[in-house]
Amino acid sequence: MRASLFITCYNDTLYPETGRAVVKLLERLGVALDFSPQQTCCGQMHANTGFRGEAFCQAKRFTRLYQDAETVVIPSSSCVAMIRDQYPGLFAELGNEELRGQFTALLPRVYELSEFLIDKLGVDDVGAYFPHRVTYHASCHGLRALHLGERPWRLMNKVRGLEQVPLANLDRCCGFGGTFSVKNAEVSSAMLAVKLQDVMSTGAEYCTALDNSCLMHLGGAMHRQYAGMKTIHLAQILAATEASPAEVVS
Amino acid sequence: MSHDPNGPVLAHPVLDPRYAEPFPKAVLPVLRNPQLRKNVAHAIDVIQAKRGKLVQEKSDWQALRSAGAAIRSHVLENLAPYLEIFEARCTAAGGIVHWAADAAEVRQIILDILRQEQATEVIKIKTMTSAEIQLNPFLEAAGVRTYETDLAEIILQLGQDEPSHIVVPALHVNRSQVREIFARTMGLKDLSDDPHALTAAARTYLRQKFLSIPTAISGANFLVAETGSVVVVESEGNGRMCLTLPRTMITIAGIEKVLPSFQDLEVMLQVLARSATGERMNPYTSVWTGVTPGDGPQRFHIVLLDNGRSRMLAKETERQTLRCIRCAACMNACPVYRQTGGHAYGSVYPGPIGAILTPQLMQMHHAQTLPYASSLCGACYEVCPVKINIPEVLLELRSQVVNQERHTAGRFFDPMYLGLRVANLLFSRAWLFHAAQYFGRIGIRFFTRKDGWIHSLPSIGGKWTQTRDLRGFPRQTFHEWWAERDLKPTGEAK
Repeated sequence: MRASLFITCYNDTLYPETGRAVVKLLERLGVALDFSPQQTCCGQMHANTGFRGEAFCQAKRFTRLYQDAETVVIPSSSCVAMIRDQYPGLFAELGNEELRGQFTALLPRVYELSEFLIDKLGVDDVGAYFPHRVTYHASCHGLRALHLGERPWRLMNKVRGLEQVPLANLDRCCGFGGTFSVKNAEVSSAMLAVKLQDVMSTGAEYCTALDNSCLMHLGGAMHRQYAGMKTIHLAQILAATEASPAEVVS
Repeated sequence: MSHDPNGPVLAHPVLDPRYAEPFPKAVLPVLRNPQLRKNVAHAIDVIQAKRGKLVQEKSDWQALRSAGAAIRSHVLENLAPYLEIFEARCTAAGGIVHWAADAAEVRQIILDILRQEQATEVIKIKTMTSAEIQLNPFLEAAGVRTYETDLAEIILQLGQDEPSHIVVPALHVNRSQVREIFARTMGLKDLSDDPHALTAAARTYLRQKFLSIPTAISGANFLVAETGSVVVVESEGNGRMCLTLPRTMITIAGIEKVLPSFQDLEVMLQVLARSATGERMNPYTSVWTGVTPGDGPQRFHIVLLDNGRSRMLAKETERQTLRCIRCAACMNACPVYRQTGGHAYGSVYPGPIGAILTPQLMQMHHAQTLPYASSLCGACYEVCPVKINIPEVLLELRSQVVNQERHTAGRFFDPMYLGLRVANLLFSRAWLFHAAQYFGRIGIRFFTRKDGWIHSLPSIGGKWTQTRDLRGFPRQTFHEWWAERDLKPTGEAK
């Protein structure tokens, strides 16, 4: 099995340990990974802020770059949602039929990480070991755009040592919302405060998710408040083994 | 709402998008008001829980949503013929149909009717459309006293407040605040905050109005083209009273409210009650068709209002907005609304639907901050009984706002606009992106503390660091790690 890794711009820059974990995990499962250094961004930030023309540039770039890929794996649910939900509209609006055709052919081969593991590889036991109390935050895009459903839990259930603590109000947004967090910083912070109450009351050591953007938001507040909990991308939990524990950057 | 820390806790809200403060500013006093936030969150949690239970028991809920969406879409694609059928059937049944292009026109039509009727007082069934056109202040200024009869609307009217929700307009007011308003305005010093005592006080107040005022104003939940009927659903029976005692009824309805046939109510009433109040069926459903001799109002006027709606029909994305049946499920599900309540939206239509409806009704000349009043979490779309893809419309409106603003002098050097333009350039070439990462990593060091975290950033970055830290940039990006790993023998870096 060959797969191309689209790491996403913010994981590349801010969370390389998530990328390293994806590589470790997928290679352990026998996947031959490609990584094109030509990749940049999916355009979500631009599209969600109203810069549709700019977003189109990134959509075009993504499509051209991966049109020949066997499969594309992306460890960020919101970026996958951008590609799946917004690219079709962008291409339709532009009316470039060639590009649209390329994208339509590519789209079924684009997977979010947990989709790739469960649907494409057909594994839920990835041989991971992570002896910690963990609560899972179901990011809005994973939940309502990608409909990841049971996939994250199926993966977590098979992680040895992992103790899951359910999160109350699982479907409630953490308040990040991309540029929303700075354009409406105060409302975003109020939403974050409410979310953090639920997250902290689990008493978990780690809050995990399939999207580092939510985790950047939650983790940023945890750090500010000396909250005694850390965030970790699910890929890092799944990559962890007894011999090679999870890479947690403080 | 004015942001004055020494001012009254509940300043009089401005629900006119032309004068309201931008959303990010309007929320500030609300976010600092613990009572308001508690009232809103509590009320919403109660409705949400009821709705959740009743939606769950419906095995065909998704099919009902699809049916609701299909009916509403079909109407909007054929609006003119259905309105003409409605006009013809309603007129044949003895109703008088008026058409109004904007708020000023509908207000004048209503005032003219009231003058004909020699009415100096009028009772009202809850209608958000009336609030949209700001009918009450206009009529009061013209010498016509208006009396709301919906319990929540009475609370707001007597408390000189404004609606903060379209189904539960006084959602932000709690029991003890209601007691205070009633005690003060009805002269009931010893009134308790027991719900029975409060409703009894409202009932006594209302009875006098019902028995003495012969003219009523209503909104409409639906218009039925096939029969020329008007449908109003409600919980308290006050609407039914307004349809029983008065001799004249004046209804205001947005042109989008029409349904093709009576049969369509089967779907719409099911999804509306469950979505709006978490009930299987709303307690009172009134349907009237023109005038029935000897029963109910003997003169019936209906004003069909455009006020910006027909302009929203042209494009499919925006047109979805008009499918709305005003159930408010989106605002109940919205994590933003849950924190802010409705007044901060500066419109009678708050929440996610308000964030897409208000700017469009204003032809994008006002309320441009509303499309940004969302984290795009998608909860609104998930609950919408007529499947309005609110996030999609929000994004469309955001792009319209950006197209409006991006070349204006004030915005050209705005950090957000500048930043996004630069980011687009950087993302267009990998080497530029990589260079930006390199220099960004050096630059960010000045803001990174010894613990490796950033606690304070300038400009828009400060908006982030006002409540959250940001982890400093790692020494190596992922692509640098990958390149380095590629140079080593296979497996070593694993």
